[in-house]
Amino acid sequence: MTDRFSPLHDIHRAAGAAFTDFGGWQMPVRYSSDLAEHHAVRSAAGLFDISHMAEFLVGGPGAGAFLDYALAGKLSAIAVGKAKYSLLLAETGGIIDDLVVYRLADERFLVVANAGNREPVAEALEQRAPGFDVRIADQSDQLALVAVQGPASRGILESIAEITELGTPLADLPYYAITEAFFSGRPLLVARTGYTGEDGFELYIHVEAASYLWNALVEAGEPVGLVPAGLAARDTLRLEAGMPLYGHELSIETLPVQAGLGRVVALSKEGDFVGRSGIEAGPADGARVLVGLAAEGRRAGRAGYAVVETDDGSGAVVGEITSGALSPTLGHPIAMAFVDERVASPGTTLYLDVRGTLIPASVVALPFYTRAKESS
Amino acid sequence: MTDTNALKYTDEHEWILVDEDPAVAVDAGSVVVGITDYAADKLGDVVFVDLPAVGTAVTAGSVIGEIESTKSVGELFAPVDGTIVEANQAVIDSPELVNSDPFGEGWLLKIAVAELPELLTREQYTAITGE
Repeated sequence: MTDRFSPLHDIHRAAGAAFTDFGGWQMPVRYSSDLAEHHAVRSAAGLFDISHMAEFLVGGPGAGAFLDYALAGKLSAIAVGKAKYSLLLAETGGIIDDLVVYRLADERFLVVANAGNREPVAEALEQRAPGFDVRIADQSDQLALVAVQGPASRGILESIAEITELGTPLADLPYYAITEAFFSGRPLLVARTGYTGEDGFELYIHVEAASYLWNALVEAGEPVGLVPAGLAARDTLRLEAGMPLYGHELSIETLPVQAGLGRVVALSKEGDFVGRSGIEAGPADGARVLVGLAAEGRRAGRAGYAVVETDDGSGAVVGEITSGALSPTLGHPIAMAFVDERVASPGTTLYLDVRGTLIPASVVALPFYTRAKESS
Repeated sequence: MTDTNALKYTDEHEWILVDEDPAVAVDAGSVVVGITDYAADKLGDVVFVDLPAVGTAVTAGSVIGEIESTKSVGELFAPVDGTIVEANQAVIDSPELVNSDPFGEGWLLKIAVAELPELLTREQYTAITGE
Protein backbone atom coordinates (compact mmCIF):
# COMPACT_ATOMS: atom_id res chain seq x y z
CA MET A 1 0.00 0.00 0.00
CA THR A 2 1.30 3.45 -0.87
CA ASP A 3 1.63 5.77 2.09
CA ARG A 4 -0.84 8.61 2.18
CA PHE A 5 -0.02 11.95 3.70
CA SER A 6 -2.15 14.48 5.52
CA PRO A 7 -2.50 17.95 3.98
CA LEU A 8 -0.74 19.03 7.19
CA HIS A 9 2.24 16.72 6.71
CA ASP A 10 4.79 19.48 6.08
CA ILE A 11 3.66 21.34 9.19
CA HIS A 12 4.06 18.19 11.28
CA ARG A 13 7.51 17.54 9.88
CA ALA A 14 8.58 21.10 10.58
CA ALA A 15 7.28 20.68 14.14
CA GLY A 16 9.56 17.67 14.60
CA ALA A 17 6.89 14.99 14.64
CA ALA A 18 7.72 11.30 14.54
CA PHE A 19 5.38 9.47 12.20
CA THR A 20 3.62 6.13 12.25
CA ASP A 21 1.50 4.20 9.81
CA PHE A 22 -2.18 4.39 10.63
CA GLY A 23 -4.69 2.92 8.22
CA GLY A 24 -2.24 3.43 5.35
CA TRP A 25 -1.51 7.03 6.35
CA GLN A 26 1.72 8.46 7.70
CA MET A 27 0.42 10.37 10.72
CA PRO A 28 2.19 12.08 13.65
CA VAL A 29 2.68 9.65 16.53
CA ARG A 30 4.23 12.31 18.78
CA TYR A 31 5.83 15.74 18.51
CA SER A 32 7.90 15.74 21.67
CA SER A 33 6.54 13.53 24.45
CA ASP A 34 3.53 11.20 24.57
CA LEU A 35 3.01 11.99 28.23
CA ALA A 36 3.33 15.77 27.90
CA GLU A 37 0.84 15.71 25.03
CA HIS A 38 -1.53 13.50 27.01
CA HIS A 39 -1.39 15.72 30.09
CA ALA A 40 -1.85 18.87 27.98
CA VAL A 41 -5.18 17.53 26.74
CA ARG A 42 -6.36 16.80 30.28
CA SER A 43 -5.18 20.14 31.71
CA ALA A 44 -5.34 22.62 28.80
CA ALA A 45 -5.71 21.55 25.18
CA GLY A 46 -4.25 19.34 22.51
CA LEU A 47 -4.45 19.75 18.75
CA PHE A 48 -4.79 16.58 16.69
CA ASP A 49 -4.62 16.07 12.96
CA ILE A 50 -7.17 13.39 12.15
CA SER A 51 -7.41 14.13 8.44
CA HIS A 52 -7.01 10.42 7.78
CA MET A 53 -10.62 9.88 8.84
CA ALA A 54 -13.03 9.19 5.96
CA GLU A 55 -16.03 11.43 5.32
CA PHE A 56 -19.11 10.63 3.28
CA LEU A 57 -21.88 13.08 2.47
CA VAL A 58 -25.23 11.34 2.23
CA GLY A 59 -27.96 13.49 0.71
CA GLY A 60 -31.40 13.31 -0.83
CA PRO A 61 -35.03 12.82 0.15
CA GLY A 62 -34.31 9.21 1.11
CA ALA A 63 -31.14 9.89 3.11
CA GLY A 64 -32.68 9.30 6.54
CA ALA A 65 -34.45 6.10 5.53
CA PHE A 66 -31.31 4.88 3.76
CA LEU A 67 -29.14 5.38 6.84
CA ASP A 68 -31.75 3.62 8.99
CA TYR A 69 -31.37 0.63 6.68
CA ALA A 70 -27.61 0.82 6.17
CA LEU A 71 -26.56 1.50 9.77
CA ALA A 72 -27.43 0.13 13.19
CA GLY A 73 -29.02 3.23 14.68
CA LYS A 74 -32.16 5.21 13.93
CA LEU A 75 -30.42 8.04 12.15
CA SER A 76 -33.62 9.51 10.68
CA ALA A 77 -34.49 10.52 14.23
CA ILE A 78 -31.44 12.76 14.71
CA ALA A 79 -32.33 16.44 14.90
CA VAL A 80 -30.64 18.77 12.42
CA GLY A 81 -27.37 19.89 13.95
CA LYS A 82 -26.95 16.85 16.15
CA ALA A 83 -24.63 13.85 15.95
CA LYS A 84 -24.98 10.18 16.75
CA TYR A 85 -22.45 7.41 17.26
CA SER A 86 -23.40 4.43 15.11
CA LEU A 87 -22.20 1.16 13.64
CA LEU A 88 -22.03 -0.28 10.16
CA LEU A 89 -22.89 -3.95 10.53
CA ALA A 90 -22.44 -7.00 8.34
CA GLU A 91 -25.41 -9.34 7.83
CA THR A 92 -23.96 -11.44 10.63
CA GLY A 93 -24.24 -8.50 13.02
CA GLY A 94 -20.44 -8.20 13.11
CA ILE A 95 -19.03 -4.68 13.03
CA ILE A 96 -17.62 -3.39 9.72
CA ASP A 97 -16.90 0.02 11.25
CA ASP A 98 -17.93 2.38 14.00
CA LEU A 99 -18.73 5.88 12.85
CA VAL A 100 -20.25 9.21 13.76
CA VAL A 101 -23.21 10.55 11.80
CA TYR A 102 -24.04 14.27 11.77
CA ARG A 103 -27.31 15.65 10.43
CA LEU A 104 -26.36 18.83 8.60
CA ALA A 105 -29.84 19.45 7.15
CA ASP A 106 -33.13 17.59 6.72
CA GLU A 107 -31.82 15.69 3.73
CA ARG A 108 -28.08 15.93 4.28
CA PHE A 109 -25.91 13.82 6.58
CA LEU A 110 -22.16 13.60 7.14
CA VAL A 111 -20.90 10.09 7.92
CA VAL A 112 -17.40 9.91 9.41
CA ALA A 113 -15.62 6.56 9.27
CA ASN A 114 -12.21 5.23 10.28
CA ALA A 115 -9.33 5.73 7.85
CA GLY A 116 -8.57 2.03 7.53
CA ASN A 117 -12.21 1.26 6.76
CA ARG A 118 -12.81 3.84 4.06
CA GLU A 119 -13.10 1.26 1.26
CA PRO A 120 -15.33 -1.26 3.09
CA VAL A 121 -17.59 1.56 4.26
CA ALA A 122 -17.79 3.08 0.78
CA GLU A 123 -18.62 -0.33 -0.70
CA ALA A 124 -21.24 -1.14 1.92
CA LEU A 125 -22.96 2.23 1.54
CA GLU A 126 -23.06 1.86 -2.26
CA GLN A 127 -24.38 -1.69 -2.05
CA ARG A 128 -27.14 -0.68 0.36
CA ALA A 129 -28.25 2.40 -1.60
CA PRO A 130 -30.39 0.90 -4.42
CA GLY A 131 -34.06 1.52 -3.75
CA PHE A 132 -33.44 4.71 -1.82
CA ASP A 133 -33.54 8.24 -3.23
CA VAL A 134 -30.06 9.06 -2.00
CA ARG A 135 -26.69 10.31 -3.23
CA ILE A 136 -23.45 9.32 -1.55
CA ALA A 137 -20.28 11.36 -2.07
CA ASP A 138 -16.93 10.33 -0.64
CA GLN A 139 -15.43 13.63 0.55
CA SER A 140 -12.39 12.13 2.26
CA ASP A 141 -9.91 13.62 -0.22
CA GLN A 142 -11.46 17.08 -0.01
CA LEU A 143 -11.85 17.40 3.76
CA ALA A 144 -9.19 17.85 6.41
CA LEU A 145 -10.16 17.24 10.01
CA VAL A 146 -8.48 18.63 13.10
CA ALA A 147 -9.55 18.10 16.69
CA VAL A 148 -9.05 20.57 19.52
CA GLN A 149 -9.52 18.70 22.78
CA GLY A 150 -9.26 19.74 26.39
CA PRO A 151 -10.78 22.16 28.89
CA ALA A 152 -9.27 25.21 27.18
CA SER A 153 -10.53 24.29 23.72
CA ARG A 154 -13.70 26.41 23.71
CA GLY A 155 -11.84 29.54 24.75
CA ILE A 156 -9.23 28.95 22.08
CA LEU A 157 -11.80 28.67 19.30
CA GLU A 158 -13.69 31.70 20.58
CA SER A 159 -10.50 33.77 20.44
CA ILE A 160 -9.89 33.13 16.75
CA ALA A 161 -11.18 36.16 14.85
CA GLU A 162 -11.09 34.34 11.50
CA ILE A 163 -13.83 31.96 12.66
CA THR A 164 -17.02 33.78 11.76
CA GLU A 165 -20.73 33.28 11.20
CA LEU A 166 -21.05 30.44 13.68
CA GLY A 167 -24.58 29.08 13.35
CA THR A 168 -24.63 28.36 17.07
CA PRO A 169 -22.35 30.11 19.57
CA LEU A 170 -19.92 27.57 21.01
CA ALA A 171 -21.21 28.18 24.54
CA ASP A 172 -24.64 27.01 23.38
CA LEU A 173 -23.43 24.11 21.25
CA PRO A 174 -24.26 20.88 23.09
CA TYR A 175 -22.03 17.83 23.21
CA TYR A 176 -22.50 15.74 20.06
CA ALA A 177 -23.75 18.64 17.98
CA ILE A 178 -22.41 20.42 14.89
CA THR A 179 -22.71 23.90 13.45
CA GLU A 180 -21.66 25.59 10.27
CA ALA A 181 -19.24 28.50 10.25
CA PHE A 182 -16.55 30.13 8.15
CA PHE A 183 -12.80 30.29 8.62
CA SER A 184 -11.25 33.16 6.67
CA GLY A 185 -14.17 32.96 4.30
CA ARG A 186 -13.91 29.19 3.78
CA PRO A 187 -16.74 26.93 4.92
CA LEU A 188 -16.01 25.28 8.25
CA LEU A 189 -17.92 22.68 10.21
CA VAL A 190 -17.52 22.79 13.98
CA ALA A 191 -18.58 19.68 15.89
CA ARG A 192 -18.50 19.36 19.66
CA THR A 193 -17.25 15.80 19.61
CA GLY A 194 -14.05 13.98 20.29
CA TYR A 195 -12.27 10.87 21.36
CA THR A 196 -10.41 11.89 24.49
CA GLY A 197 -12.99 12.15 27.26
CA GLU A 198 -12.56 15.93 27.37
CA ASP A 199 -14.66 18.78 26.12
CA GLY A 200 -13.50 19.48 22.61
CA PHE A 201 -14.25 20.20 19.01
CA GLU A 202 -13.64 18.59 15.66
CA LEU A 203 -13.24 20.98 12.73
CA TYR A 204 -13.86 20.02 9.11
CA ILE A 205 -12.34 22.23 6.44
CA HIS A 206 -11.27 21.95 2.82
CA VAL A 207 -7.77 20.50 2.54
CA GLU A 208 -6.49 23.69 0.89
CA ALA A 209 -7.26 25.74 4.00
CA ALA A 210 -6.17 23.14 6.55
CA SER A 211 -2.71 24.54 7.25
CA TYR A 212 -4.08 28.06 7.81
CA LEU A 213 -6.59 26.72 10.30
CA TRP A 214 -3.95 24.61 12.06
CA ASN A 215 -1.60 27.58 12.39
CA ALA A 216 -4.39 29.82 13.68
CA LEU A 217 -5.25 27.23 16.32
CA VAL A 218 -1.62 26.89 17.39
CA GLU A 219 -1.22 30.65 17.58
CA ALA A 220 -4.40 31.14 19.59
CA GLY A 221 -3.85 28.12 21.79
CA GLU A 222 -0.19 28.15 22.71
CA PRO A 223 -0.56 30.98 25.26
CA VAL A 224 -3.07 28.85 27.18
CA GLY A 225 -1.12 25.60 26.97
CA LEU A 226 -2.29 24.00 23.72
CA VAL A 227 0.23 21.66 22.13
CA PRO A 228 0.04 19.57 18.97
CA ALA A 229 -0.61 15.98 20.03
CA GLY A 230 0.04 12.75 18.20
CA LEU A 231 -1.60 9.37 17.89
CA ALA A 232 0.27 7.97 20.91
CA ALA A 233 -1.38 10.49 23.23
CA ARG A 234 -4.67 10.03 21.42
CA ASP A 235 -4.53 6.30 22.14
CA THR A 236 -3.86 6.62 25.88
CA LEU A 237 -6.54 9.32 26.13
CA ARG A 238 -9.20 7.26 24.39
CA LEU A 239 -8.27 4.19 26.42
CA GLU A 240 -8.73 6.13 29.68
CA ALA A 241 -12.07 7.33 28.30
CA GLY A 242 -13.05 3.71 27.60
CA MET A 243 -13.63 4.34 23.91
CA PRO A 244 -13.30 1.34 21.61
CA LEU A 245 -10.86 1.39 18.71
CA TYR A 246 -11.64 -0.48 15.53
CA GLY A 247 -9.22 -3.37 15.06
CA HIS A 248 -8.70 -3.61 18.81
CA GLU A 249 -12.06 -3.70 20.59
CA LEU A 250 -14.22 -3.87 17.47
CA SER A 251 -14.09 -6.20 14.49
CA ILE A 252 -16.21 -8.07 11.98
CA GLU A 253 -16.15 -10.99 14.45
CA THR A 254 -17.62 -8.88 17.24
CA LEU A 255 -21.31 -8.27 17.84
CA PRO A 256 -22.13 -4.87 19.34
CA VAL A 257 -23.52 -6.35 22.55
CA GLN A 258 -20.19 -8.06 23.25
CA ALA A 259 -18.42 -4.70 23.12
CA GLY A 260 -20.97 -3.00 25.35
CA LEU A 261 -22.57 -1.29 22.36
CA GLY A 262 -25.93 -3.02 22.40
CA ARG A 263 -27.67 0.33 22.96
CA VAL A 264 -26.27 1.61 19.64
CA VAL A 265 -28.41 -0.92 17.76
CA ALA A 266 -31.98 0.34 17.33
CA LEU A 267 -33.79 -2.99 17.20
CA SER A 268 -37.09 -1.19 17.72
CA LYS A 269 -36.80 0.87 14.53
CA GLU A 270 -39.31 0.09 11.81
CA GLY A 271 -38.29 -1.97 8.84
CA ASP A 272 -35.30 -4.10 8.23
CA PHE A 273 -31.70 -3.04 8.52
CA VAL A 274 -28.51 -4.79 7.55
CA GLY A 275 -27.38 -6.89 10.47
CA ARG A 276 -30.75 -7.26 12.19
CA SER A 277 -30.94 -11.01 11.72
CA GLY A 278 -27.44 -11.49 13.07
CA ILE A 279 -28.12 -9.23 16.04
CA GLU A 280 -31.38 -11.05 16.82
CA ALA A 281 -29.61 -14.40 16.66
CA GLY A 282 -27.17 -13.07 19.23
CA PRO A 283 -23.59 -13.97 19.97
CA ALA A 284 -22.44 -17.57 19.87
CA ASP A 285 -22.42 -19.52 23.11
CA GLY A 286 -19.33 -18.68 25.09
CA ALA A 287 -18.73 -15.39 23.27
CA ARG A 288 -16.56 -13.10 25.34
CA VAL A 289 -17.52 -9.63 26.48
CA LEU A 290 -15.52 -6.44 26.78
CA VAL A 291 -14.48 -5.31 30.25
CA GLY A 292 -12.17 -2.81 31.84
CA LEU A 293 -9.26 -4.05 33.94
CA ALA A 294 -7.32 -1.97 36.44
CA ALA A 295 -4.07 -3.10 38.03
CA GLU A 296 -1.53 -1.72 40.46
CA GLY A 297 2.13 -0.93 39.95
CA ARG A 298 3.54 0.29 36.68
CA ARG A 299 3.74 -2.77 34.46
CA ALA A 300 0.96 -2.74 31.88
CA GLY A 301 -0.78 -5.49 30.00
CA ARG A 302 -0.73 -4.89 26.26
CA ALA A 303 -2.93 -5.84 23.33
CA GLY A 304 -2.75 -9.57 22.70
CA TYR A 305 -1.72 -10.59 26.21
CA ALA A 306 -3.70 -13.38 27.87
CA VAL A 307 -5.98 -12.89 30.85
CA VAL A 308 -6.02 -15.88 33.20
CA GLU A 309 -8.38 -16.76 35.99
CA THR A 310 -6.05 -17.70 38.82
CA ASP A 311 -2.40 -17.37 39.73
CA ASP A 312 -2.12 -20.93 41.05
CA GLY A 313 -0.46 -22.18 37.90
CA SER A 314 -3.55 -23.86 36.46
CA GLY A 315 -3.33 -21.27 33.72
CA ALA A 316 -6.95 -21.26 32.53
CA VAL A 317 -7.09 -18.49 29.93
CA VAL A 318 -10.35 -16.59 30.27
CA GLY A 319 -9.65 -13.63 28.04
CA GLU A 320 -7.35 -11.47 25.96
CA ILE A 321 -6.35 -7.84 26.25
CA THR A 322 -7.32 -5.63 23.29
CA SER A 323 -5.73 -2.37 24.50
CA GLY A 324 -3.58 -1.66 27.52
CA ALA A 325 -1.24 0.96 28.91
CA LEU A 326 0.00 2.57 32.07
CA SER A 327 -2.64 5.30 32.45
CA PRO A 328 -0.84 8.64 32.45
CA THR A 329 -3.73 10.36 34.23
CA LEU A 330 -4.52 7.69 36.81
CA GLY A 331 -0.96 6.47 37.36
CA HIS A 332 -1.77 2.76 37.25
CA PRO A 333 -2.13 0.18 34.46
CA ILE A 334 -5.46 -0.07 32.67
CA ALA A 335 -6.65 -2.35 29.91
CA MET A 336 -9.67 -3.33 27.93
CA ALA A 337 -10.09 -7.05 27.36
CA PHE A 338 -12.57 -9.57 26.05
CA VAL A 339 -13.22 -12.12 28.81
CA ASP A 340 -15.55 -15.03 29.47
CA GLU A 341 -18.90 -13.72 30.65
CA ARG A 342 -18.75 -15.61 33.96
CA VAL A 343 -15.69 -13.59 35.04
CA ALA A 344 -16.93 -10.24 33.67
CA SER A 345 -18.55 -8.83 36.82
CA PRO A 346 -16.97 -5.69 38.27
CA GLY A 347 -14.85 -6.54 41.28
CA THR A 348 -13.68 -9.89 39.92
CA THR A 349 -9.95 -10.41 40.27
CA LEU A 350 -8.21 -11.74 37.17
CA TYR A 351 -4.54 -11.96 36.21
CA LEU A 352 -2.74 -10.37 33.28
CA ASP A 353 -0.04 -12.54 31.78
CA VAL A 354 2.62 -9.88 31.24
CA ARG A 355 5.31 -11.82 29.42
CA GLY A 356 5.21 -14.63 31.94
CA THR A 357 4.52 -12.60 35.07
CA LEU A 358 0.96 -12.75 36.39
CA ILE A 359 -0.30 -9.37 37.52
CA PRO A 360 -3.57 -9.14 39.46
CA ALA A 361 -6.19 -6.85 37.95
CA SER A 362 -9.76 -6.01 38.90
CA VAL A 363 -12.66 -5.93 36.50
CA VAL A 364 -13.96 -2.36 36.58
CA ALA A 365 -16.75 -0.46 34.86
CA LEU A 366 -15.78 1.65 31.87
CA PRO A 367 -14.70 4.39 31.42
CA PHE A 368 -11.59 4.49 33.59
CA TYR A 369 -11.56 8.27 33.51
CA THR A 370 -14.45 10.73 33.56
CA ARG A 371 -13.79 14.45 33.49
CA ALA A 372 -15.22 16.56 36.24
CA LYS A 373 -18.45 18.24 35.22
CA GLU A 374 -18.09 21.93 34.51
CA SER A 375 -19.89 24.29 36.84
CA SER A 376 -20.80 26.73 34.05
CA MET B 1 28.03 15.83 28.79
CA THR B 2 29.02 12.38 27.70
CA ASP B 3 31.20 12.20 24.64
CA THR B 4 29.12 9.82 22.54
CA ASN B 5 32.07 9.29 20.22
CA ALA B 6 33.98 7.69 23.10
CA LEU B 7 31.28 5.06 23.62
CA LYS B 8 30.89 1.67 21.99
CA TYR B 9 27.58 0.44 20.61
CA THR B 10 25.60 -2.63 19.64
CA ASP B 11 23.16 -2.97 16.79
CA GLU B 12 20.48 -3.53 19.45
CA HIS B 13 20.90 0.15 20.42
CA GLU B 14 22.85 -0.27 23.63
CA TRP B 15 25.82 1.93 24.39
CA ILE B 16 28.77 0.72 26.42
CA LEU B 17 31.24 2.88 28.32
CA VAL B 18 34.52 1.05 28.57
CA ASP B 19 37.34 2.30 30.79
CA GLU B 20 39.81 4.57 29.07
CA ASP B 21 42.19 1.64 28.74
CA PRO B 22 40.18 -1.23 27.27
CA ALA B 23 42.68 -3.79 28.54
CA VAL B 24 41.91 -2.80 32.12
CA ALA B 25 38.20 -3.11 31.58
CA VAL B 26 38.50 -6.56 30.13
CA ASP B 27 40.58 -7.87 32.96
CA ALA B 28 39.21 -6.29 36.08
CA GLY B 29 36.88 -3.42 35.34
CA SER B 30 33.27 -3.04 34.62
CA VAL B 31 31.45 -1.33 31.81
CA VAL B 32 28.47 0.99 32.01
CA VAL B 33 25.51 0.17 29.77
CA GLY B 34 22.55 2.21 28.59
CA ILE B 35 20.35 2.58 25.55
CA THR B 36 20.94 5.19 22.89
CA ASP B 37 18.98 8.38 22.31
CA TYR B 38 17.81 6.84 19.04
CA ALA B 39 16.29 3.87 20.89
CA ALA B 40 14.78 6.11 23.56
CA ASP B 41 13.17 8.30 20.90
CA LYS B 42 11.75 5.29 19.09
CA LEU B 43 10.27 3.89 22.29
CA GLY B 44 8.57 7.11 23.32
CA ASP B 45 8.18 8.09 26.95
CA VAL B 46 9.69 5.39 29.15
CA VAL B 47 7.47 4.62 32.14
CA PHE B 48 8.89 1.37 33.52
CA VAL B 49 12.31 -0.27 33.53
CA ASP B 50 12.93 -3.87 34.56
CA LEU B 51 16.62 -4.57 35.19
CA PRO B 52 18.43 -7.74 36.29
CA ALA B 53 19.49 -8.13 39.92
CA VAL B 54 23.05 -7.58 41.08
CA GLY B 55 25.00 -10.81 40.78
CA THR B 56 23.14 -12.07 37.74
CA ALA B 57 25.40 -13.62 35.13
CA VAL B 58 24.54 -12.42 31.65
CA THR B 59 25.48 -13.51 28.15
CA ALA B 60 25.98 -11.12 25.27
CA GLY B 61 22.91 -11.01 23.05
CA SER B 62 20.47 -12.44 25.59
CA VAL B 63 17.43 -10.55 26.86
CA ILE B 64 18.09 -9.31 30.40
CA GLY B 65 15.47 -6.64 30.95
CA GLU B 66 12.60 -4.64 29.59
CA ILE B 67 12.00 -1.00 28.92
CA GLU B 68 8.33 -0.06 28.70
CA SER B 69 7.01 3.13 27.21
CA THR B 70 3.42 4.33 27.11
CA LYS B 71 3.14 2.71 23.69
CA SER B 72 5.32 -0.35 23.66
CA VAL B 73 7.80 -2.69 25.28
CA GLY B 74 11.46 -2.80 24.34
CA GLU B 75 13.74 -5.67 25.28
CA LEU B 76 17.10 -4.93 26.81
CA PHE B 77 19.90 -7.14 25.54
CA ALA B 78 23.15 -7.83 27.34
CA PRO B 79 25.87 -6.23 25.21
CA VAL B 80 28.63 -8.24 26.85
CA ASP B 81 29.26 -11.45 28.80
CA GLY B 82 29.62 -10.73 32.48
CA THR B 83 28.01 -10.24 35.86
CA ILE B 84 25.72 -7.42 36.95
CA VAL B 85 27.43 -5.29 39.59
CA GLU B 86 24.92 -2.44 39.77
CA ALA B 87 21.49 -1.48 38.44
CA ASN B 88 20.75 2.23 38.32
CA GLN B 89 18.19 2.80 41.08
CA ALA B 90 17.59 6.38 39.88
CA VAL B 91 16.26 5.03 36.58
CA ILE B 92 14.11 2.42 38.31
CA ASP B 93 12.59 5.23 40.40
CA SER B 94 12.44 7.75 37.52
CA PRO B 95 12.26 5.87 34.22
CA GLU B 96 11.93 9.16 32.31
CA LEU B 97 15.70 9.63 32.78
CA VAL B 98 16.10 7.20 29.87
CA ASN B 99 14.50 9.84 27.64
CA SER B 100 15.88 12.99 29.21
CA ASP B 101 19.51 11.89 29.61
CA PRO B 102 20.09 8.52 27.90
CA PHE B 103 23.88 8.84 27.86
CA GLY B 104 24.19 10.19 31.40
CA GLU B 105 21.78 9.94 34.34
CA GLY B 106 19.76 7.44 32.32
CA TRP B 107 22.44 4.75 32.36
CA LEU B 108 21.03 1.31 33.23
CA LEU B 109 23.64 -1.21 34.37
CA LYS B 110 27.21 -1.73 35.38
CA ILE B 111 28.51 -5.09 34.27
CA ALA B 112 31.75 -6.80 35.31
CA VAL B 113 33.04 -7.96 31.99
CA ALA B 114 34.33 -11.45 31.41
CA GLU B 115 35.23 -10.77 27.81
CA LEU B 116 34.65 -7.72 25.68
CA PRO B 117 33.14 -8.66 22.33
CA GLU B 118 33.49 -6.78 19.08
CA LEU B 119 31.47 -3.60 19.43
CA LEU B 120 30.50 -0.80 17.08
CA THR B 121 32.03 2.66 16.95
CA ARG B 122 29.76 5.72 16.98
CA GLU B 123 30.30 6.06 13.25
CA GLN B 124 29.36 2.45 12.59
CA TYR B 125 26.30 2.75 14.84
CA THR B 126 24.97 5.93 13.28
CA ALA B 127 25.42 4.32 9.87
CA ILE B 128 22.96 1.63 11.05
CA THR B 129 20.36 4.04 12.38
CA GLY B 130 20.78 6.47 9.52
CA GLU B 131 20.60 9.37 11.95
